[in-house]
Amino acid sequence: MRIPLIGKVAIIWVSLYLALKFLVSPSLPSSVIFMYMSLITVCILLFVSVFPEDAEAFFGPIKRFIAGDQTDSAVRKLGRVAMFAIIPLFFGHRSYQANMPSYEPPLEQRIVHPAPPTEFTGMYNPYREDHEHFAENVKRGGEVFYRNCVFCHGDKLDGTGIFAEGFNLRPANFQENGVINMLQESYLFWRISKGGIGLPEESTPWNSAMPRWEAILPEEDRWKAILFLYDYTGYKPRTWE
Amino acid sequence: MGFPLSLKGDSGGCVLVGDGVEVERKMNSNLFTQLRGFMKRGGWLILLSLGLFLLGAFLKNGVAFAEDAGSAMAEYRDIPYIGSRNAVWVIAQLHILFAGFVLGVPIFALVCEYIGYRTGDIRYDKLAKEFTKLLTASFGTTATFGAIFLFLLVGMYPKLFNFLSGVFFPTFLLYAFLFILETIVLYIYWYGWDYMAGKKKLHLFMGLLLNLIGLAIMWTADAWLSFQASPVVLSATMGYWERLWAAVHNPTWNPVNIHRVIGNIVLGGFMCGAYAAVRYLGSKTQEEREHYDWMGYIGNFVGVFGLLPLPFAGYWLMREVYEYNQQMGITLMGGVLSWLFILQAIQIGVLFLGANYYFWQGLAYRARVEARYKKYILAMVITLVLCFAVWLTPHSLVASLSEARAMGGTHHPLLGVFGVMSAKLTVVNLMILTTFISFLLYWRANQESTRSWAKGALYFQYFLFAVAVIAVISLGVYGYYVPAVVRVKILSTAQVLVVLFVLITVTPLTALSLKSAKVTGSMTWGVMPPRSQYVLISNGILVILTMTLMGYVRSASRVHFHIYGVLRDTSPYAFTPSVGFAASMMAAITFAFCLIVLFIFWVAGLPDKAGKKLTSSARVLEALGDKA
Repeated sequence: MRIPLIGKVAIIWVSLYLALKFLVSPSLPSSVIFMYMSLITVCILLFVSVFPEDAEAFFGPIKRFIAGDQTDSAVRKLGRVAMFAIIPLFFGHRSYQANMPSYEPPLEQRIVHPAPPTEFTGMYNPYREDHEHFAENVKRGGEVFYRNCVFCHGDKLDGTGIFAEGFNLRPANFQENGVINMLQESYLFWRISKGGIGLPEESTPWNSAMPRWEAILPEEDRWKAILFLYDYTGYKPRTWE
Repeated sequence: MGFPLSLKGDSGGCVLVGDGVEVERKMNSNLFTQLRGFMKRGGWLILLSLGLFLLGAFLKNGVAFAEDAGSAMAEYRDIPYIGSRNAVWVIAQLHILFAGFVLGVPIFALVCEYIGYRTGDIRYDKLAKEFTKLLTASFGTTATFGAIFLFLLVGMYPKLFNFLSGVFFPTFLLYAFLFILETIVLYIYWYGWDYMAGKKKLHLFMGLLLNLIGLAIMWTADAWLSFQASPVVLSATMGYWERLWAAVHNPTWNPVNIHRVIGNIVLGGFMCGAYAAVRYLGSKTQEEREHYDWMGYIGNFVGVFGLLPLPFAGYWLMREVYEYNQQMGITLMGGVLSWLFILQAIQIGVLFLGANYYFWQGLAYRARVEARYKKYILAMVITLVLCFAVWLTPHSLVASLSEARAMGGTHHPLLGVFGVMSAKLTVVNLMILTTFISFLLYWRANQESTRSWAKGALYFQYFLFAVAVIAVISLGVYGYYVPAVVRVKILSTAQVLVVLFVLITVTPLTALSLKSAKVTGSMTWGVMPPRSQYVLISNGILVILTMTLMGYVRSASRVHFHIYGVLRDTSPYAFTPSVGFAASMMAAITFAFCLIVLFIFWVAGLPDKAGKKLTSSARVLEALGDKA
């Protein structure tokens, strides 16, 4: 049996939706699925409306079904009535769901990498160019990390420390591509020094449990810990030169 | 027989009376008819009362405010209800949109006139003239908004204006001089069109002059706004002119200049397309449809021509911003304004989709190509969907608490890789290549090269595209494994150069190959379906919306500074508005601009309408005279 164009489109659309919904792991947020499905829908509509014969094959049955004529069967007429009843009910239900009070916290739109304050821009790690004592400084940085940071960021620096599961937001994963290799050392120095409490308002809601390490660790230990993070993960800090 | 005409008013329009015979002339649109009805039913009283009330309320608060801020030392003044920042925001943006239109259209008109001159195709000359007519109508509007903007700035932000005057005053004088010069040249260019028909080179020179002066005006103003974003140290040891040049030649001046020139070409092209689409949809005759269909095609072509290099110019600007100040760069691309870049990505993506769709429709309807083209179009649709999806995926996703927990944060381990520049630049380059292929397909449709080397050239082009796609993807993937500086300075530049190389190699090769080509099918104008015209209108609006969005982003990047890091904003409006409020303002400005442009289109078309009506009335009267 030859599947009509409108049927093929429906199959493709549903398949893509199911793939996005169930095949991607971990699950995609509904906002992302909505965004991708909107794009897919628009592009499908564009494609089927390029050629006149395709446009007729796709939109023709829809138009004829909606407009109807004298020769329509009772089933077809009933289907039309049902469609006009279901569409407003569907949107009504969605509106009700959207407006109904929920116990779940509202959607959060966080800025993960907010702009650092002026005093933390353009700083350089004073131990980066000290090649003679580099290994020694990295070792010291490692000690600082394993005494203070390992409990949250994990012994492999992948954000899976023993306390990690207890936090929302989860501790940063330094092994992930696109985290510390996208940032300058001065940025890390700012985040470590000021912690969650020192984040700017633009990045709220902040519930980061990161301590303000400048009250605990001397400046040289913070720089050496940064040196260790890059050395262990193999990433290079972002530079502009 | 005499010509005793008298006008007799009625509720529906004007009735022209001649020799006892009424010849109805619908001089007014339905809108005006309804307005007149409303006024007759006492609407004028309501409007007058409302106007007086608003004026009274405004004056009451305005006077009270003026008493407070009337001091000569006032740093800020406000506007009741509206707010000084909102007022400047709306007026400045409208001025810039019109300025973009006024600078983009002459580029477009000059190119069309030159093509008409070189090819002898009168349609191009007609098109250039039609658009220059719109230019004269919008020139005054641009100047009006510019003057209002200046008054608002002087009146409400005297501290800032005083600072800028101290640095840039000679350029203010230069700007005024250039503006007068541009006005003179524009008048000569427009009013001398028919007069210089026999001296086309001279007229083209005037067009070139108009463009050069326009560019000089824009670059002068660019110095002020780019200095606000990226000021340089103006040392007391510097001489006056040295200081001035240092302020003008600030780090973002050149990137803004180039970005705006290309942006204006895009605006001019897509606005031409939108104008043609409106006229096409309202066309009564096949001749009109053919003309406006062709005009829409040219507009879309120019828009796409500018759109292809525009992302590169934008990338250069952002790179300079990052190099100038990392904090500002992060605020823009990774911080509080980053969601606006997602909006921009959506708009640019839709523009690309719209431009491609219009080419495909041209293939299907004008060229009536065979069904085999469907598979190429399907491949391009899939490419565009994939690229667009990556292009608009943010680094941090909007997620509920449970969704965020499932992902381990708002950063998805799989989609996270799409949220960084390596991915974005790769897909935008692929979208550019795809759009170029759409254009080539349209260009080659119904033509068969007669050159002996044509087949070899075609295979060479396939090879170039294949290599370019592989290179762009490989460089993008490699970008994840190198330090940022290598990615930003070397790999991204290499991607851009690869794509540019394809564009500048394939275009002349195709032109040479199709020179004196055998025509295998006709190109029928005036047969495009309405949906293709809606795409042209949508692209016109999207360009305006994108300019409005990025205009706001550029201003907002200064955060609580008038001049970044130098002159702090101490007014009550020194805060970044929410994304929702900013988006509403942008939508309102875009809507207002579209309304004013529609008005200008309507006004510019009035002489033609009057000409047609008088001609038809004269014909009727002539017929009556013959009978008598």
